[in-house]
Amino acid sequence: MKSITVALAGNPNSGKTSVFNMLTGARQHVGNYPGVTVEKKEGQCTHRDWRITFVDLPGTYSLTAYSTEELIARNYIQEDRPDVVVDVVDASNLERNLYLATQIMEMDVPMVLAFNMSDLAKRRGLEFDLAQLSQLLEMPIVPTVGNKGQGRTELLDAIVETAGAERKERTHRVTYGGEIEDELLRIEETLGKADGGVVARYGRRWLAIKLLEQDEDVTSKIRSGEVLKTVGQSVEHLRDILGDEPEIVMADRRYGFISGACQETIQSSVERRHDVSDTIDAVVTNRILGLPIFLLLMYVVFFLTFKVGSYPMEWLETFFGMLADGIVRHWPQGRAEWLQSLLVDGVIGGVGGVLVFLPNILLLFMAIALLEDSGYMARAAFVMDRIMHKIGLHGKSFIPMLIGFGCSVPAIMATRILENRRSRLTTIMVIPLMSCGARLTIYALFIPAFFPRHWQGPMLWLIYLIGIVLGIVAAKVLRLTVFRGETTPFVMELPPYRMPTSKGVLVHTWQRGWLYIRKAGTVILALSIVLWFAMNFPKPPADRLSGLDAQEARQEGLRYSTVGRVGLAVEPVLQPLGFDWKIGTALIGSVAAKELFVSQLGIIYSVASADEDSPSLREQLRANYTPLVGFCVMLFCLISAPCVATVAMTRQETQSWHWALFQFFGLTALAYTVTLVVYQVGRFWL
Amino acid sequence: MSEAVKVQEKPPQLLSTAKAGQTVRVVRIDAGRGLNSRLASMGLVANAELKVVSNGHPGPFVLIVKDAKVVLGRGVAQKILVK
Ligand SMILES: Nc1nc2c(ncn2[C@@H]2O[C@H](COP(=O)(O)OP(=O)(O)OP(=O)(O)O)[C@@H](O)[C@H]2O)c(=O)[nH]1
Ligand SMILES: [Mg+2]
Repeated sequence: MKSITVALAGNPNSGKTSVFNMLTGARQHVGNYPGVTVEKKEGQCTHRDWRITFVDLPGTYSLTAYSTEELIARNYIQEDRPDVVVDVVDASNLERNLYLATQIMEMDVPMVLAFNMSDLAKRRGLEFDLAQLSQLLEMPIVPTVGNKGQGRTELLDAIVETAGAERKERTHRVTYGGEIEDELLRIEETLGKADGGVVARYGRRWLAIKLLEQDEDVTSKIRSGEVLKTVGQSVEHLRDILGDEPEIVMADRRYGFISGACQETIQSSVERRHDVSDTIDAVVTNRILGLPIFLLLMYVVFFLTFKVGSYPMEWLETFFGMLADGIVRHWPQGRAEWLQSLLVDGVIGGVGGVLVFLPNILLLFMAIALLEDSGYMARAAFVMDRIMHKIGLHGKSFIPMLIGFGCSVPAIMATRILENRRSRLTTIMVIPLMSCGARLTIYALFIPAFFPRHWQGPMLWLIYLIGIVLGIVAAKVLRLTVFRGETTPFVMELPPYRMPTSKGVLVHTWQRGWLYIRKAGTVILALSIVLWFAMNFPKPPADRLSGLDAQEARQEGLRYSTVGRVGLAVEPVLQPLGFDWKIGTALIGSVAAKELFVSQLGIIYSVASADEDSPSLREQLRANYTPLVGFCVMLFCLISAPCVATVAMTRQETQSWHWALFQFFGLTALAYTVTLVVYQVGRFWL
Repeated sequence: MSEAVKVQEKPPQLLSTAKAGQTVRVVRIDAGRGLNSRLASMGLVANAELKVVSNGHPGPFVLIVKDAKVVLGRGVAQKILVK
């Protein structure tokens, strides 16, 4: 068995991850917008007697040192030297996609070209002479349809064949024209005399090309002053005679090479027509209609997850209620009553309380998957650009924010598509204001408890909208103060719309749903048990309970317990917001995971009440709090301290505790202020 | 032929002033080295043909560049000279 490593490179959204999944059987995240994969991912497969490790790289248009992704992809190819690089190209847009190919070619690694989206190319009426193109580019070409699994065997065959073949010197390569070639030769010669190690490692021609392009990363690797001097002279000279930066002229020549190759090998039977994508775009990216359509769409998403999800949610609530009743009824009288309470109040109250919202969560992630797979995501970024521009960010920042409506953790990761560090930091800071799926559970519990039916939809929308507006305001403030700096230019590709495949959407939804279940079964379960103990111990001494009836004794027991003490200690701070100590403890719990807010209220009210025919949690909430308090709780949960997973992710992506803590305390302070104002003003009015 | 002559006769203008539906040819891009090279990698180089899908005044532009639909911020469009 021979082992090889194969890298998958290519333009953003060309289908690399689809091809990766097809080859390895993995289920990595695929989506119809540029910048889905931001981290390199590995996977294995065996083919004939080869063991192949595939590495899925982030998509790039080029391999310069200007952006981090490009540098990651380039360094991977240069430093780790994969045995074969598969360039996944979008065959329906070949010329642009081959630009990257010419750059990989120059790195002198064995290559295979995967002609992905060949179905689309055919539909657009493109016909290729693959044999000839393959000869011109000196690499095998395999047509594939990544999302349908077509071309797998052929691609694997080509890969192992290329890995096993002897390396040959290229005969066709991009030639940059007399003047530039002369300078390249000069640089190559001086390189040969100096910097032996670097030359052996990267190859002389590639180095010379990059030096002439004034690539900062490569230039910093060169020690020899003589080489740098030669490069300086060459650049100067070329600027003079070409009237432009050498790198721009070189880009031009690459396209020249490509169009030469394409002219001979591509037949286009039809002109690019006004297609369905253009028609849809004429409406959804319309200057006047774009924003209302986007807002309406979001309303539909949130309202449906809430409304449609409420039916299965009720079944689940009934189910857990029956389960709890069953346990109580069949429990042997007088035996280990604490265990009964732990099971019924702690586990069912805590974990069950979270699991009932699984249908809402599944619907929410399904909606996000539909947005991602259809191609609307990039349009939303476009539509929001005008607003984002005003606050010193650009539309692309909105893609991670949209993902944040599902969960902040992948959203923060997705900010890697932003080129500018300050824009990226700003976006990370405000992402928790995009209300995530875990917080949806809180709304799904509170809104029906306090608001009449016809108010529920608008109420939910209002909460989400407040998050978005606060996010925008906060971003503006950050851009004016801590993260001051220029706005970065906005450049983004709009992919064609695609019909989301049911498989893709289901895989997506299920993956996120499974995460939720797993979290409920692990973190939430463990913490619910801990909380149950903290609510039941220490037990108050008998003399404190004398003269109280059962209900009062329970309350006293709760106050005396660890949770009660902590809650009572923070109560004075939270009182101005209208919160009592029970909400206070639930808020503390929600830092571990937002769902825990719901669990903890579930446990606390279940411990506090008599076990026979106890009213539902919603009824108890309604009995204990006013709608204003209910609203303030939602508001506070929306804005306040992100959960620990978010804090950890912010720390990882910003490489500093500083920003993670800034985010944590900043948002908590914001939550406190906003809720305080709303409660105090509201109390005055209502 | 007459088509080509007509295109050449037009004086260069900034892309930001181009109208929806117009097809233009890039003359020159002056956006600084980093952005220049990024635009080049997306097919925006001298002589490239662009079709303006919409001039989203005051919002971003939508163009078709080599078969792909690309969004450009206004700031960027002001740095591209076309004819
Ligand atoms: N019609 C068609 N669609 C495809 C094909 N391969 C992938 N897709 C779709 O193209 C979109 C992009 O696919 P991805 O695999 O996420 O692309 P990627 O290259 O990994 O993208 P980034 O990670 O953003 O760089 C998805 O909507 C896929 O379903 C194909 O061969 N034909
Ligand atoms: Mg990908």
